[in-house]
Amino acid sequence: MNGSRLWQRLLNAAGPILGLVVVLGLFALNPDVRPSVFSGGNFKLILVQTVIVAIGALGMTLIIVSGGIDLSVGSLVAFGTVVGAKLLEAGCSPIMTGMLVILCGAAVGALNGGMIAGLRLLPFIITLGTMGILRGTAKWIAGNQVVHASETSSLMFLMERKNPSEFLPLPAGVWLALALAFLTSVLLQRTVFGRHIFAIGSNEATARLCGVRVQWTKLCTYTVAGAFFGLSGLLQMTRLGEGDPTGGVGLELDIIAAVVIGGASLNGGVGSIWGSVLGALVMAVLRNGLGQTDMGNYIQEIIIGCVIILAVGLDKWRQSRRRAGA
Amino acid sequence: MIPRLRLQAIQKSFGATRALRGVSLKVAPGEVHALIGENGAGKSTLMKILSGACLADSGTIEFEGQPFLPRNPHHARKCGIAMIYQELTLAPHLSVEENIVLGDEPSKFGWLDTRVRRESVRKALAELHSESIPIESPVNRLTIAQQQIVEIARALLGQPKVLIMDEPTSSLTSVDTEHLFTAIHQLRKRGVSIIYISHFLEECQRVCDRFTVLRDGETVASGEMKSADLNQIIRFMVGREMSELYPQTPHRPGKPLLEVRSLAGSSKPRSVTLTLREGEILGIAGLIGAGRTETLRAIFGLDRVSQGEVVIGNKTRTCASPPRRLREGIGLLSENRKEEGLMLNRSIADNLTATRYGPVATCGFISAARQNRAACDWIQRLDVKAQHPEQPIVELSGGNQQKIAVGRLLHHDARILLLDEPTRGIDVGSKAQIYKLMGELATQGKAIIFVSSYLPELLGVCDTIAVMCRGVLSAAKPVAEWDEHAIIASAIGHGEGEPGS
Repeated sequence: MNGSRLWQRLLNAAGPILGLVVVLGLFALNPDVRPSVFSGGNFKLILVQTVIVAIGALGMTLIIVSGGIDLSVGSLVAFGTVVGAKLLEAGCSPIMTGMLVILCGAAVGALNGGMIAGLRLLPFIITLGTMGILRGTAKWIAGNQVVHASETSSLMFLMERKNPSEFLPLPAGVWLALALAFLTSVLLQRTVFGRHIFAIGSNEATARLCGVRVQWTKLCTYTVAGAFFGLSGLLQMTRLGEGDPTGGVGLELDIIAAVVIGGASLNGGVGSIWGSVLGALVMAVLRNGLGQTDMGNYIQEIIIGCVIILAVGLDKWRQSRRRAGA
Repeated sequence: MIPRLRLQAIQKSFGATRALRGVSLKVAPGEVHALIGENGAGKSTLMKILSGACLADSGTIEFEGQPFLPRNPHHARKCGIAMIYQELTLAPHLSVEENIVLGDEPSKFGWLDTRVRRESVRKALAELHSESIPIESPVNRLTIAQQQIVEIARALLGQPKVLIMDEPTSSLTSVDTEHLFTAIHQLRKRGVSIIYISHFLEECQRVCDRFTVLRDGETVASGEMKSADLNQIIRFMVGREMSELYPQTPHRPGKPLLEVRSLAGSSKPRSVTLTLREGEILGIAGLIGAGRTETLRAIFGLDRVSQGEVVIGNKTRTCASPPRRLREGIGLLSENRKEEGLMLNRSIADNLTATRYGPVATCGFISAARQNRAACDWIQRLDVKAQHPEQPIVELSGGNQQKIAVGRLLHHDARILLLDEPTRGIDVGSKAQIYKLMGELATQGKAIIFVSSYLPELLGVCDTIAVMCRGVLSAAKPVAEWDEHAIIASAIGHGEGEPGS
């Protein structure tokens, strides 16, 4: 009995791990790419590239587990970079800037959540709307051009790769992402709030019946997730040293893909933080590895598209097997 | 004569649950055959096998003397077996005629042939004497009865040889029922065999030629309907004495816990007044749609209350939300286990503890070990057949799922339990356990409102019964003053003050 349970758990966790191994294996087979992909420095680069998607995936996991979706992430990240760069330009201290950008993200999240909960509208529609609104606002604030943030130096430590050819030390952003993943995982698995998120995603009517304050919980979920997206924006800005209102296009799809590869169901009620983090890693390894082959950019996009479909198909298959095992 | 349909020794299991243990059924051409049995007896599984929705594990099916193995519903329909489900399966936004021809649209080179469509739809409706149904309006504008007719018309279009009707009258008024019976007579004349599933035995006696009784997945009796003794059929269905099924645990009502005064919702209920005392089981009977579920939902704060008062203990607490009601010690068991009652893809432990994490958490942090221990405890006490507390609830049988849903109220330690159709769709054994549990809870001084459409269980379990008719609840009277006839009379509005007076 306990054996089968452990097995089931392993099987659930195995999906994204297997994905990662397969992707790494494919690159290992190619002798042209192998040395450049499999080096300490490159692994560090991959981790740094993962951080932004991974932190976004933390927030997105909360939302997807609650049965929602957020399409505005890419715009929100671009908006965050612009706001951060502008604040630095205006002479704001780096710490203050960081906090304000995260707060900004949380405020946008609260706006999304408030409209979804208050107007009882579909998250897809609402966030599709805010996606456009944020993008436009970001361009407006930035005056339709890239804002240079020369003052990122003291925030740079977050994403800076000192000694880029060595694996260690890892930049602070990677540790930050890991710590946040741990905290969010505890939040989702071990707290009453987390259980309420699962309950709403699994069956909203039941959640209501069980006394869960459904709309309030949704609002909180989107707000917390918004803060994560804000942080992603901040990291993006420190990494690039600029606020780009046209950046982060399609980032939300990468994040959603990471969450789904990590085993979450877009129907809600299923998902895991560590799965999503692994999913983000899979995406980053794919992009990094494919970037180092001499295949064109277009091949990269096609392959990533296929991987997403494969991952979702696998998830569906796993679920149906579970049903049939009843 | 070769029977139209012959089933022998059909068996079917879902995981550990044996839904069918050996069913035999024989239907002649042009015969209306009643398939009788309690919920969970295996009727719907049998019909799913016949209509191709699932495959039998063993046994043989012969259709007009030939071995027959429906691969899927489409195949079964092609062969001449059509099914009308209890829950309507119409596309709500499409028009009547579009629904009737759905999946088999008359066409020329891929273009819809509206003239032929209209003709065949008119013909099908005329056969059912329902020309009055507006064929161009979307079906969601029709009454339930009209929708039922549309559903039957759809089945008729395929020129079926066997038509299966699952509880066709459960949502019909008596006039519509007559229409349906006329249609059934017409079909019989044309030589269509009909398998008629119903709980209403009197109805079966009126329209059916023969009957087969299923119990716990087995055929226990079959014979001529007209000459059958209904009481004998009921004994076949239940298979045990009433006293076994409804064990009596002595309990005595004490002081009032919940008082509801002329409560009204936005449309239903219109007026509900009741008093529920400690250790009392109050039954609410009534037709489907009379407003019983809405009453419970309004009391629990799920639906808006527009008028009236709710008094809990001795404090007036009319306005409420579910979280507040739960804090006040009220628990609601939803009639709709799958869609509202349970989180199907979550674990047993999560479902059990969802309303009260207090005992399994410290400062908002849930301890998985304590949660599992608590769940194990309830699994044992409620005799749930499950492997471990982390098993997803979807893997359990209906009866065991229901025990978990009830277990949630017990874990919450609710003083007032609002149970909406707690025995719907579960096997006889689990039913008996739930009745026993209700008795024990009443002995502990808990108060229960028990809504049910199945009169024998209300009469067997409750201390007092009130009847709901068109949104108005009658005065509650001790169970001894009621019998099935009196309840039905009140439920259809014929028996104002009938019993007792």
